[in-house]
Amino acid sequence: MSGSAADGVPASPLSYLDRPNSYIGRSVARPNARRLLAGQGQYVGDIVLARMLHVAFYRSPHAHARIGRIDVAAAAASREVVWVVTGADILGICKPWVGVLGHLKGMKSAPQPALALDRVFAQGEPIVAVVARSQAAAEDAVQKIAVDFEALPPLTEPEAALAEGAPVLHPELGDNLAFERRIEVGAVDAAFAAAAAVVEDTFDFARQTGVTLEPRGIVADYRAADGRLTLYQSSQAPHMMRALMARQFGLPESDIRVVAPDIGGSFGIKIHCYPDEMATVALAILLKRPVKFVADRLESFVSDIHARGHRVRGRMAVDAEGRILAFVADALTGVGPYSAYPRTSAVEANQVINLIGGPYVFPAYRARARVAFQNKVVMSQYRAVGHPIACTVTEALIDRAAAALGLDPAEMRRRNLIKDDAYPVTSAVGLKFEGLSHHRALAKMLEMMDYEALRAEQAALRARGIHRGIGLASFIEITNPSPAFYGAGGAPIAAQDGCAIRLDPEGGLTLQASVGEQGQGTETVLAQIAASVFDVPLARVRVVTGDTDTTPQGGDNWASRAAGIAGEATLQATKALKANVLEIAGALLQMPPARLDIRDGKVVEAASGAARFDLAEIARMVYFRTDALPEGVKPELMATRHYVPRGYPFAFTNGVQASYLEVDTATGAVTLLKHWVVEDCGTVINPLLVAEQLRGGIVQGIGGALYEECVYDEQGQMQNANMADYLVPMAAEMPDIEIGHVAGTPTAESELGAKGTGEAGVAAAPAAVLNAVNDALRPFAARVTAQPMTPECILRALGKLPSRRGAAGPAFG
Amino acid sequence: MAKLHISATVNGEPTEFLCEPDETMLDVLRGPLGLTGSKEGCGSGDCGACSITLDGRLVCSCLMLAAEAEGADIRTIEGMAEGDTLHPLQRKFLEMAALQCGICTPGMLVAAKALLDRNPDPSESEVRYWLAGNLCRCTGYDKIVRAVLETAAEMREAVR
Ligand code: FES
Ligand code: FES
Repeated sequence: MSGSAADGVPASPLSYLDRPNSYIGRSVARPNARRLLAGQGQYVGDIVLARMLHVAFYRSPHAHARIGRIDVAAAAASREVVWVVTGADILGICKPWVGVLGHLKGMKSAPQPALALDRVFAQGEPIVAVVARSQAAAEDAVQKIAVDFEALPPLTEPEAALAEGAPVLHPELGDNLAFERRIEVGAVDAAFAAAAAVVEDTFDFARQTGVTLEPRGIVADYRAADGRLTLYQSSQAPHMMRALMARQFGLPESDIRVVAPDIGGSFGIKIHCYPDEMATVALAILLKRPVKFVADRLESFVSDIHARGHRVRGRMAVDAEGRILAFVADALTGVGPYSAYPRTSAVEANQVINLIGGPYVFPAYRARARVAFQNKVVMSQYRAVGHPIACTVTEALIDRAAAALGLDPAEMRRRNLIKDDAYPVTSAVGLKFEGLSHHRALAKMLEMMDYEALRAEQAALRARGIHRGIGLASFIEITNPSPAFYGAGGAPIAAQDGCAIRLDPEGGLTLQASVGEQGQGTETVLAQIAASVFDVPLARVRVVTGDTDTTPQGGDNWASRAAGIAGEATLQATKALKANVLEIAGALLQMPPARLDIRDGKVVEAASGAARFDLAEIARMVYFRTDALPEGVKPELMATRHYVPRGYPFAFTNGVQASYLEVDTATGAVTLLKHWVVEDCGTVINPLLVAEQLRGGIVQGIGGALYEECVYDEQGQMQNANMADYLVPMAAEMPDIEIGHVAGTPTAESELGAKGTGEAGVAAAPAAVLNAVNDALRPFAARVTAQPMTPECILRALGKLPSRRGAAGPAFG
Repeated sequence: MAKLHISATVNGEPTEFLCEPDETMLDVLRGPLGLTGSKEGCGSGDCGACSITLDGRLVCSCLMLAAEAEGADIRTIEGMAEGDTLHPLQRKFLEMAALQCGICTPGMLVAAKALLDRNPDPSESEVRYWLAGNLCRCTGYDKIVRAVLETAAEMREAVR
């Protein structure tokens, strides 16, 4: 399919690439999707190697316990079982690791072993590994393991963990505080003293998890003959994994190959080091045989990282005109017993206080973020890290202030959003914005949703006892992170990306890129860039990703960086290759290269357009008939370029979302009627793929807003660790999602100008839905400040069920 | 345990296999039969990634015992295209970007085809409810639902 626009997203003008055959801004379909449709995708679970063994884990049933005797005799006696392994058995080869980063000052964490040693700190922590000839045999043998535990009192709530005199989970750390950061900018107290209105609420965000439909999995293959370790891993970060594995197992990086085959969803879940995967690698090295681990769904719920889990107290001061004078935020989160390796478990809280108030002008800000250890599953980064929390706190307070002053929520935003002509801007918190379009986006949104008409409809229905709500949420989104973060913090995580591109003998292009494909369309987008710059049909570009042996060193996929960073590397590499080809053609034709061009797969005379060479002819000459090339012509038909953004720490994008829904005040049920989003992600390379990133993200955001919660009891046991009880959005409940676009703000840091778009949907959907629910509840003077907004939570807000915020406080974190 | 010997038709081909009495159809498809297009997303009947048809009926192969296949006609994603020609649903999914990571896609397609086989003219809410047992974590469902509706319309056009 091709066309110039999808869902009203116009093609962006782009001078260099704005040629008749350009694919930039066109909604082309993904060529690599065909095999997935035919059932021929190859995911880790589908990989079978000769002599491959399978591993399954005995996991802790307790949130906190001392490990006594471990009886593995019956398991080891099973016919199909090869080896039963406890923590001490692999300690020699697989040392515990520590998930801290140098640039997060004061952060601490305890060493985390692959298999628990004398204590377990969370339900689901692996204790024993069973290696067997089949997965079924490994799982059966796990059932025969008996472990004596001495249960210890679990520390589940972050407040309790940080309270004076609380038992310390890891005594060597001194207390349970993993990280704390404070921000103080401007005259906060004076702002509140002078305010015409002050609004305040405490917001609770439940723990969620990613629920990638393909669970985590790894096949580790160590060949003793050549000392090479190959990992087939369901990972979004093969380059990072290779570096970490080298550190962990004392192997040279050059002896490790990490292959990320087809990946069945990642969303940040598959970017961390997990104890079970580390143990699998250790076992493969020790056994010198391929070992495969694929998590089942039940263990995914208690071993994949969780995220969100925050309580944030937010306050905002406004003057009589509705202008924001100050924000105050106090964020608290519990992240389990260890900080995740290597990205840590402090970034979400840190991001929350960085992003609060992000779209708005405000002169004063006070914030604190605290991260506590506790006896629950490890929390870390999941898609749109921190964004939905910061956005919900901000947007809910904006709506409350608007109500307090009798302003329309849209008008309240208009008065406070950073002006479109103000850039570059450095915010009170120090965020640097190169260029954003909040006002254009809001205007487009109000027009697209026909805001006035919707308000009229809402009022008419309200009179008939039907309670509908409209919720707006402006947002900023972090994309294209620069080198200031992980690398600076000491983790082997690159901010640069590379692309190597070559002209093939038949005249097509093969492109090897350091970023990967998890379904978002990375390979297609890079192919579009290369095809446009080189001017060959898209079908002649082949993209190779996901293999550290065959791709340049780079930063992999996270924080929506593939299109913007690897895309620019691709653009520059393709330009370099094109220059080489024109130089060779010029030498053959005895013409200056500047008078030649490539158009539609042929070398032509630039002025007349007359075709002189087919690309295949050039390639064949250079590769096979070098004898016929003029003296001095270099046979260089491959070019490599790397790119890293340096001018700004991030390329922020911006946009606004809106939700229209109906609340049944008798049952507390929410029916989503419609959802809208306007986003500005700079240069749009493929409008269809941008639209689908937004839609998919919005639905994940709606999941967090209305359904998803890792429900824990006081013993630290997750109560709904299965797909029937942990609710995720299904087709039946989801609204129509309409997408609009504005004249964008491409980043001038790169020639391509693209920013990312993978987080935007998740970032603001929960805020839009929460504001819409509260808008519907307005006649009842009721409001909801917790997510997920289950029917029970809404009935509680309406006073139809007793409030849960009693002495013990609501469960969260 | 003695293995059972099962004869069935899989994607039109006569097929025999041995299985344990408690082995699921999904494990046999993905293991001995090498048909890895059917995926395991949950193993408990809650995600639809393992959808196949058994004598024309849509089932979760993770909940079906392999032994139940005796004498039955089994169809999986691998049997959906005719040679190199994609089924209209597959083509539409490709055109409309109704898939991202693709792990839910085989199950979605098998389920959608089962719907169109019995109801060539479903409404949007019929499509949404029919697919309500198929989890997709990537797409948000919009394009999937639209692709099924458009395919249905095209297929009705074609038989006219
Ligand atoms: S694997 Fe069968 S329904 Fe999920
Ligand atoms: S496309 Fe990834 S789960 Fe549906």
